[in-house]
Amino acid sequence: MAENISILVVDDEESVRDSLYNWFIEDGYQVDCAENAKQALSVLESKNFDIILADIKMPGMDGLEMHRRIKSLNKESIVIIMTAFASVSTAVQALKDGAYDYITKPFDPDDLSHLIRNAANQISLVAENEALRNKVVTLENVEDLIGTSEAMMKVLKEVEQVAQSNSPIIISGESGTGKELIARAIHYNSQRKFFPLVSVHCGALTESLLESELFGHEKGAFTGAMFNRKGRFEMADGGTIFLDEIATISSKMQVELLRVLETKTFVRVGGNKEISSDFRIICATNRDLLKMVKNGTFREDLYYRLNVVNITIPPLRDRIEDIPLLVNYFIEKYCTSMSRNIISIHQAALKRLEKYDFPGNVRELENMIERAIVVGNENEIRLKDLPLEKDIMSNTSESLDDLEKKFIQQILNKYDWNISRSAKALNVDRVTLYNKIKKYSLKQSK
Amino acid sequence: MDKQSILLISHGHFDSDFLEKIARDVGLQFHLDVQLEESHMDLSDFYYSDRRQYDGNSLLKEIDSLAYAQSIKKVGLFRVDLFIPILTYIFGQAILEGNSGIASLYRLRNEQYGMKKDEKLLLNRFAKIIIHELGHTFGLIHCHIPVCVMRSSTYVEDIDQKGKDFCTPCRAKLDLD
Repeated sequence: MAENISILVVDDEESVRDSLYNWFIEDGYQVDCAENAKQALSVLESKNFDIILADIKMPGMDGLEMHRRIKSLNKESIVIIMTAFASVSTAVQALKDGAYDYITKPFDPDDLSHLIRNAANQISLVAENEALRNKVVTLENVEDLIGTSEAMMKVLKEVEQVAQSNSPIIISGESGTGKELIARAIHYNSQRKFFPLVSVHCGALTESLLESELFGHEKGAFTGAMFNRKGRFEMADGGTIFLDEIATISSKMQVELLRVLETKTFVRVGGNKEISSDFRIICATNRDLLKMVKNGTFREDLYYRLNVVNITIPPLRDRIEDIPLLVNYFIEKYCTSMSRNIISIHQAALKRLEKYDFPGNVRELENMIERAIVVGNENEIRLKDLPLEKDIMSNTSESLDDLEKKFIQQILNKYDWNISRSAKALNVDRVTLYNKIKKYSLKQSK
Repeated sequence: MDKQSILLISHGHFDSDFLEKIARDVGLQFHLDVQLEESHMDLSDFYYSDRRQYDGNSLLKEIDSLAYAQSIKKVGLFRVDLFIPILTYIFGQAILEGNSGIASLYRLRNEQYGMKKDEKLLLNRFAKIIIHELGHTFGLIHCHIPVCVMRSSTYVEDIDQKGKDFCTPCRAKLDLD
């Protein structure tokens, strides 16, 4: 886009002209310079410029007068006035006369980039929108989403349907199912793909860190904050923000997030300037958000604001037909990265994998394959290379009771302490399970 | 014609191990020989006390005026805060399709932003700035691909978002022969 935008810099100071010339040339704009208003007007008679950046104080005709003359030549031209602190009032006059904006010297590099980008966007918005609207919608960049099972095809279909919209999305699924990959697929198939996909793992940050991470902070906001810092919402401008483990955010952050989603504006920590950002939000969780809403631990209004589209990724045990494909994909991936010949997997090992429950889902399978390639010395992955039975057998110091207690606790946690489902998974009746819970004093962790 | 190479000229104290890692990263991107040199130039002539910063334009001119063969791309590495008259600060700058660039470490440190010191991150950031500025000397302009090292970065967070590598179109435009 920048290559098609022309800029005329008008300033009597050579160092300013040179600096701006170099700055814009690096961005790919076509740049010309004029050292006074007279020269600028003479250039404008023979050549049109999309953006004119003019100093307000120049010898001879000042920037304001020049601006009026430019507007009489071409009403559509975008004029940005540069001013020093002392002349803000004259800059306001320029705005009243129809200048696009004004900027105070010296500029923050980010402010200058934003200003020019916004002006350039305005120029090319109509044509760009048309081009984007006509873009053929087919899924791209989904090489990491492996699977041909009905469940996975349904997810991919949903990705294709929602990618082009701007609606907020919640991606649900157990840990390790690939929620971030789905978020990536949505972003890279949306019209926002040329802008950043910014990921935040909410669960890994304390409330204050998350606040600073999301909204940024101003210089001096807290001890050690020597410079301004951009927040993730600001960085996602034009693109997508992906909030992983959304269920872990505090009630204070839920309120803040709701406000940002409603207004698409926010203030950096320690700042007072309102910043706006055009982002799409995608959240992920492995918890039941609706249940949290009913418990009062997640705000209902935020839930409905986020849950415009819901994509649920099935656990691996519900799409075992994808396991051979995934195994081959990971074998190829890790053999290539380790510069080894591509190996195969023994049928017995594959059969065992297909019977395994995979509480850690695809991530667990990936780790198993990587480990098997590292520890195995042969041309194929064999049962002994997989950490399935072996790990259970290695706990020889534990008694049978200890193992039983641990296993029941795992199953209960997995099914969120749903007694019927846990009993079914353990192949015992509910009463037996209750008796075991009592015997081992098992408790639901909070 | 002489074989093309890159010269990184450090000003102020840089850890030699740090510079060697930077040189390795730069060399990997350009497939060129990268040399390190220490400069003891007095920077006080470039200091602006009213801004408490160093003039990036003059420093770039100074680096460009150093007498080296045309086949050598030079980048001045600084620890001080740089500005150009129109901007509050710069991480670096270069002469487009020229032979010289400058890069500053000053605003890349996590500690400046109230964050925990992170040497690895600092090294990555600095390497990206240097590779980016060298990219300009090879005629590359800013790229819109988010992960490309030629993506424009005005904040450190922007630097962290992109990678050290050139995207395929930018790499294709790099004419190193």
